[in-house]
Order: sequence, then structure tokens, then C-alpha cells
Amino acid sequence: MTTNPLTFGIAVILLAIMNTTEFTFLIGAGSFLAGFLGALTGLGGGVVLVPLLTLAFKVDIRYAIGASLVSVIATSSGAAAAYVKEGYSNIRIGMLLEIATTIGALLGAFLAARISTGAIGLIFGLVLLYSAYLSGGKQPEDSIGVGPDPIATRLRLDGTYPTGDGLQWYHVRSIPTGFGLLFGAGTLSGLLGIGSGAVKVLAMDQAMKIPFKVSTTTSNFMIGVTAAASAGIYLHRGYIDPGLAMPVMLGVLAGSLLGSRVLVQATTQWLRRIFALVIMALGVEMIVNALTGRL
Amino acid sequence: MNAHTSWNDQKIEHIIGNLLRAGVMLAAAVVLAGGILYLLRHGGAQPDYRSFRGEPMQLRSITGISKSAATLHSKGIVQLGLLLLVLTPIARVLFSAVAFALEGDRVYVAVTLIVLAVLMFSLAGTIQL
Repeated sequence: MTTNPLTFGIAVILLAIMNTTEFTFLIGAGSFLAGFLGALTGLGGGVVLVPLLTLAFKVDIRYAIGASLVSVIATSSGAAAAYVKEGYSNIRIGMLLEIATTIGALLGAFLAARISTGAIGLIFGLVLLYSAYLSGGKQPEDSIGVGPDPIATRLRLDGTYPTGDGLQWYHVRSIPTGFGLLFGAGTLSGLLGIGSGAVKVLAMDQAMKIPFKVSTTTSNFMIGVTAAASAGIYLHRGYIDPGLAMPVMLGVLAGSLLGSRVLVQATTQWLRRIFALVIMALGVEMIVNALTGRL
Repeated sequence: MNAHTSWNDQKIEHIIGNLLRAGVMLAAAVVLAGGILYLLRHGGAQPDYRSFRGEPMQLRSITGISKSAATLHSKGIVQLGLLLLVLTPIARVLFSAVAFALEGDRVYVAVTLIVLAVLMFSLAGTIQL
């Protein structure tokens, strides 16, 4: 890995002799792989993009976050059409919670300009470790038995989703807690340029008791809007570089579209484990680099 | 058929899904066109992203990006594609507001307009000259 002085030296020399075309194709290929594995394993590609760009390609973390943010919008919006057909997403839950995530995203983008790149790297590393830890757990059981919640009933949040035996009705719980957690998810998204789907699914599955399929597809919807809320600020601040964002966005989009098409259930379990290990290693790497002042 | 049956959540989500996909594909096509032009013109140069300088002003605002793209500057065309990408989810929220209004759901028209206001606040910085 890049903390090894030898490989670090080789990376620096390679980067020094590469021209823009070679650099663009390498970044595009790396982004394609990140998007492909992210979609295939369901862990999302965005979370590995920033470490890939900063650790392997020595890109300044601010440019990396800008490029990652636009690719998050692309994958979320690109996948939406496919999700909608399945009939799982809940547009009301999504829209209500987007109030929390978009305001959080504004706060995150605001904070990004005021804290050091080392601190951003450190937070990023911790989020990576947490994502890796979460992916080790089992898919949570859907708690269908919960009763109605007065706020959810009033806001018409309860819904149905298709199962083998027809439509299954579900109730949504703990809206204030979920709202608070999603504000935090939005802040992380705006600060780090990621979708923070892991936190979103956690808040919606665990706290709000939304069935897994519904929370996953609804959070995919929300991720694009959340990222757009901070992308406007990043664009204005000059963090979004067209030369870098171009291969990242096109690569991730192509990779994730392909990855969502080859959903082979049997092979994803070990692939998921390997990808989780990669995420964990990148997390450690980010933290080490942040603490030694190399970000 | 009244407005309530013709505008149900399922139908709204279908249109939204297609709207999002069309927006992303258009944005990706513009980014790709600009990107090819960029590599043809500047592909031999040395990339430098190690130190942060920030983008020039003409690549930070909607008017600047439009002018740059209109004069066929490759970076301007890529940035226009990225701008279209950022506008795609915003268009989705705008459409949702209209759809909830057609459905007669005032609470969710209000919810959607709050989200739209936050997005507009974020975009406000890029609207100036």
C-alpha cells in the first residue's frame, strides 16, 4: 500500500511521467471498477473513490471530494429508473427526510471549507471503517409487526411493498430520531462527498423500522438530491474540476450500471467480504495519512 | 377520471425515474463530448491535482460555464455537463412539487417546496455573474 516507501516512490515517479490522457484513462478505469464493485456488492462505490484518488493518484482531497460528489449524483439518478419499476421506493418518506439530509448537506459543505484537510481525512477514515464494519452484519430482519405511529399516520408515510404473497403493508416509526440521524448522514455527505448510504439505511432500517428493500431504494432516491444540495456550493467554491470529474463521473456511472445488471446472488457474498476488507484497509490508510499530515 | 386517480404515487415515481435517467444520460453525453475535446487539445500536458488552486471563476458560475461552453472551450463543455447533472435531481424535486399539487396533497407540496428552497439556496452562489 502507499504507506510503503517503495510503492509510494513508484507511484510518485509514475504520476510524474504520465500525461493527461494516460492519467484520465487510469482514473476512468479505477472509477469504473469502484462503481462496478460498489453496485455489485451493494456497498456503494462513492466511499472508495476519494481514498482511491487521494491515496493512489495523490489528488488533493478537495478536488477528490468534488469529483466524487458529482459521481454520486450520477449513480443515484441513473439507478432510480430501475428501482422505480420494482415498486419498493416510498416517495413521501424520501421527500420528508430530504429536508433533513439537504440541510445537513449544506452544513457539511460549509464545514468542509473551515476544517483542515487532515481532519476531513480522519473523519473519512472513520466512516470507511464503520462502513466496513456494517457490511459484515446480516441484512436486518423486517419488523412487520410494529403498530402505527401517530406522526407517520398524519404524514401518510405508511405504505406497501410487493412480496411473494402480494402487497405487504408496513408502518413507519420514530420519525424524529430518523430525522436527526439523517441530518447527520446529510452532513457527512456534504463534508466528504459521499452518498453515506450506510448511515441512511441504518437510520431507516433500525430506527424507523422501514423494510430493508424500501429503505434501500428510497435512500438511493435521496442520495442524489442530498448530493445536489452540497454540489452547488462545491461548484461555486471551485472544488469541481472538469478534467478530473469527467473520467470519475463517466467511469463510476458506466461501472455501476453494469454492476447492477450482473447481480449474481451466489457470488456476491465473498465479493462483499473482499470489498469490505478493501474498504477497511483504505480506512486505516486514510487515518494513517491524515495523522502523519500527508493529506 | 379525476385528478386523484390519474396522479397516484406509482405513476409519479415512474415519470420521475425516467426523468432522472434522461437527465443523467444527457449530462453524461455532454461530459463525454467535452472530455474527448479536452483530451484532443490538452491530452499531452502534465496533470497536476496535487495542490489545490480552485477552478477559475468562469467555471464556477452558471453564466460563466454557459459562456465558456458556448465558445466551445472543452473544460466549459464538461462543466456544463456536470451542471446539467447537478440540476437533474433539482428538476426531480420541482416535478414532485407539481405532482403533489395535482394530487391535491398540500402537506407534501409544502414539504417538497422546503427541499426545493434548500437546493436553491445552495445553487444561489453559482447564479451570480
